[in-house]
Amino acid sequence: MALSTAGAITLNINGEKHTLPVDHRTTLLDALRERLGLTGTKKGCDQGQCGACTVLIDGRRAVSCLQLAVAAEGREITTIEGVADGERLHPVQQAFLDLDGYQCGYCTPGQICSAIAVIEEHAAGWPSAVTADVRPEAEAPPLTADEIRERMSGNLCRCGAYVAIVQAVARAAADTERAVGAGRAAGAEEAA
Amino acid sequence: MREFGYQRAFDVPGAVALLGAEPEARYLGGGTNLVDLMKTGVERPALLIDVRELPLDRIEATDAGGLRIGATVTNSDLAAHPEVRRRYPALAQAVLAGASGQLRNMATVGGNLLQRTRCGYFTDVAKPCNKRVPGSGCPAIEGEHRNHAILGASAHCVAVHPSDMAVALAAFDAVVTYETADGPGELPLAEFYRPVGDTPHLETVLPAGALITGIVLPPAPVAAVSRYRKVRERASYAFAIGSIAAALDVRDGVVQEVRLAFGAVASRPWRAREAERLLTGGPVGAEAFAAAADAELAAARALPDNGYKVTLMRNLVVAVLSELSELPGAPGESGTTDLSGEAAR
Repeated sequence: MALSTAGAITLNINGEKHTLPVDHRTTLLDALRERLGLTGTKKGCDQGQCGACTVLIDGRRAVSCLQLAVAAEGREITTIEGVADGERLHPVQQAFLDLDGYQCGYCTPGQICSAIAVIEEHAAGWPSAVTADVRPEAEAPPLTADEIRERMSGNLCRCGAYVAIVQAVARAAADTERAVGAGRAAGAEEAA
Repeated sequence: MREFGYQRAFDVPGAVALLGAEPEARYLGGGTNLVDLMKTGVERPALLIDVRELPLDRIEATDAGGLRIGATVTNSDLAAHPEVRRRYPALAQAVLAGASGQLRNMATVGGNLLQRTRCGYFTDVAKPCNKRVPGSGCPAIEGEHRNHAILGASAHCVAVHPSDMAVALAAFDAVVTYETADGPGELPLAEFYRPVGDTPHLETVLPAGALITGIVLPPAPVAAVSRYRKVRERASYAFAIGSIAAALDVRDGVVQEVRLAFGAVASRPWRAREAERLLTGGPVGAEAFAAAADAELAAARALPDNGYKVTLMRNLVVAVLSELSELPGAPGESGTTDLSGEAAR
């Protein structure tokens, strides 16, 4: 069988469609950085071990270095360039800035994309490896520092800015919860 | 990396037919292990058949009162599923103990079963390895083997299977279902992985070209009180150096039923049947747990640098069974009927 080892693909990134020819060996990470100029996503280990290349695929965090670009066709990809609302930073970005959740900044885009998903996963009731009781009847675990450390363990920071990263994730989670609560209250008022 | 073709499959027979037409093809799930191995040249497929769009992404209750888990269910969805967490909590814990949040979102159940060992000689194409190049030798036996097998290994290979999920599945008598060009088939997990012997490159008894379609968990009321505990060299995001999946049903101080499986000690998840046999019908307590662990581990053959695993596994058995025996709400009659009621809903 004569196999084509390259072809044109269309990637949906931050709400925009990009059509490009790729060798099938191209990872999503290399397509983003080398072909589309979206260099916010960083290459660290290129082996799925450091989390620097974390992006959101169909709303879920994933390492783009182990994701083949051709296999990402048809899926919604969000990179660090796409998480803000226009000029308004995402609450996680703002928290990292306010609390110095970084030093050199190289791992930061991956940390932020990962943290955005952590907050959503936690809000959806997903347990973690440090959750004492995973049964659905058990109370959902609060997003403690231990829970944040475990849920963020796929993102390494060689500067060791972990203390402030944990604080930033905790604050962003609290801000999100407040915003959701306020939204609910506003919705209830409108309904009334 | 070798150049390769790529095709997306949309139905199971189509995927199987694609693989049948290209002997050097591989199925691509989440790619978290396969793509990594392709980058280092350990895997060199001519064609990838992407199975992520196959309709195998559901978790359903079976009529028998167990669960059927599709092969393309992600680790994240498996661990978050309420029925998995309720009926087989050790399975949810095992999955959550593995990898990172990013990788769990990508990795699939079928791929998890077929992932390859992380032995440093296997993953380095510059080194000999009987698993990668049959007959080339096993440098781990004389070399780095701190995290290698103590049970069921051979003079040809001492690598361990890296999956956490499979350890819990082994404890709960999971059955692997698959599809071939000749039709469907199934294999109990206990028979799924081959003994190492002199063919470490042959890891499972899956027929050539078979596609894993899912896992069936039989009903196991004992699993409602179960625990997965993993020991590793850092607190998170590392492979096990020893792990245990355990479930225990005690009534009036007597063990009614017990399930025990060990991880990171053999080329496959190690169901501790001798320990289970000794414990069943006997008393609970550290002494009984330790005696059962010693009986199971009598078959252990440690290398110079991995003897610590024998002690580690013994301590894990005692600690986890002690914890389970002290938990309130062991599965009594009410637990059992509740579970069947849930299944019917």
